[in-house]
Amino acid sequence: MSIKQISVFVENTPGALYGLTGVLAQHQVDLRALSLAETSEFGIVRMIVDNVYQATTVLKDAGYVHSLTPVVGVAIPDVPGGLNRVLQVLTDAKVNIEYMYAFLGGKNVNHAYMIFRVADEAAATAALAARGIQTLEQDAIASL
Amino acid sequence: MERYYQPEIECASREQIRAWQDERLVKQVRHAYDHVPYYKKLMDDKGVKPEDIQSVDDLYKLPFTYKKDLRDTYPYGLFAVPMKDVVRLHASSGTTGKQIVVGYTREDLDIWDDIVARQLVAVGATEEDKVHISYGYGLFTGGLGLHGGATKLGATVIPVSSGNTQRQITILRDFGSTVLCCTPSYAAFIGETLHEMGLTGKDIPLKAGIFGAEAWSEEMRKDIEEKLGIKAYDIYGLTEIMGPGVAYECSAQQGMHVNEDHFIIEIIDPETGEVLPEGQQGEIVFSCITRQAFPLLRYRTRDIGVIHRGTCSCGRTFVKMSKPMGRSDDMLIIRGVNVFPSQIETVLLNHGYSANYQIIVDRVKSTDTLEVQVEMTPEMFTDNMGEIERRQRELVEGMRSLLGLAAKVKLVAPKSIVRSEGKAVRVIDKRKI
Ligand SMILES: [Zn+2]
Repeated sequence: MSIKQISVFVENTPGALYGLTGVLAQHQVDLRALSLAETSEFGIVRMIVDNVYQATTVLKDAGYVHSLTPVVGVAIPDVPGGLNRVLQVLTDAKVNIEYMYAFLGGKNVNHAYMIFRVADEAAATAALAARGIQTLEQDAIASL
Repeated sequence: MERYYQPEIECASREQIRAWQDERLVKQVRHAYDHVPYYKKLMDDKGVKPEDIQSVDDLYKLPFTYKKDLRDTYPYGLFAVPMKDVVRLHASSGTTGKQIVVGYTREDLDIWDDIVARQLVAVGATEEDKVHISYGYGLFTGGLGLHGGATKLGATVIPVSSGNTQRQITILRDFGSTVLCCTPSYAAFIGETLHEMGLTGKDIPLKAGIFGAEAWSEEMRKDIEEKLGIKAYDIYGLTEIMGPGVAYECSAQQGMHVNEDHFIIEIIDPETGEVLPEGQQGEIVFSCITRQAFPLLRYRTRDIGVIHRGTCSCGRTFVKMSKPMGRSDDMLIIRGVNVFPSQIETVLLNHGYSANYQIIVDRVKSTDTLEVQVEMTPEMFTDNMGEIERRQRELVEGMRSLLGLAAKVKLVAPKSIVRSEGKAVRVIDKRKI
């Protein structure tokens, strides 16, 4: 199963990111994870939120260019070698990772979560499931 | 089959057209000299007498008229008939400064109606058509100009005027408009709005559009044709000369036929004033040879274009002018290369970007720099940084090959480019020369 990441275009100028988080905060959108890719002139904010529909509506109204991207969320036990094992599975399955980022486990303190942007989410999810590694479902995001 | 409003004129022999021009020019020069003291002075200062003008071959002897002359004689200094014979005034604020005002006699309006009717028939309109006019009505010549021509043709005129796009679309659908007349940017906007409402060109009965009063590109034409499901045609004109209809596009969609029975076009070198041969790019100059109230001669339009003679597939024999490539005022010289903002717009649209851009020219260590800021659009955005950068490099490459110049491209947030009165400020030149 894949989950939805919201990707947003922001200029790399003072206050641009603050403007974005301000809009989200004002509409009570809860951020679960956030990562930023940037050049000297612009950046792409990638985020996982509790309510995708609300967040995209709010962003559209505020004039942000954004897109929805399917990503794979994986719970990683907070033990040495946890991430290594997941990467091993994806490597064995020849799933190409475009980028990834982590967030800590919300109420579930024993887990960290990794978000993977891969070429083929279905293949990644299947390979992980075959090795007993659970991936996040969209419905589960809100309660994390 | 091609249809014409006045086939005997639009398809006349070149000899016939030349004969009309010779006769009318001679009369017009006399009319201007005798009735406009300002013209008399311009000609006297240059040592030209009306009798020196015997045919179109002598046209080059006449002094040019500039926008400045219109401002200096504001409001009525160039009128050649008593006010009792002037039945209409129009005005243009121009892009810079003081407005100008022009007048029309009843006969002038009649001619204007004819040339606009020629345009309407050239795009396939008949008296059966419903002509939806979304140009502004008022002192601006767009609304009333198209209105007059469509009325003369006998079509059903829908005088909507500009603004309120939702309402425009309701009228397009409910009234069954078949021909749309407005600025190209407004046509594109109506198309976008239609799209956002979940509709396509198939949901409206429009079949053709006549778009003018601002510069637009072939890419924009494709975009409008696709979104509205129509054929889009170009119309050229300016208030000083008459208004829309000075030149009109035909079914060939390759340049606009100049109504040579009423106007003489010349292409000149804007620096030297020398007349350039056919096919060479230069400033467009018009002389009105029939207009009674406002007989402008050799008017410098500041538009840059090119003319082509030779036969057209539509059968019309009038000379064709290209879509103006830009205003000579807009031309930028960057590292010795002539650049028009319209060229940059073409590259942007070709690469899938929007036409919301700004050009910033600066000089760093005595070298000119060119930066093009373009607004990001949902179509060009992806979560993949590498992909965005790849598209950006392609755009830079596209600019280099078209302009012959290296430009820096900066992607900016939507709606971040400053707009004044709805129009974006295209060029910021920071060079101190
Ligand atoms: Zn033609």
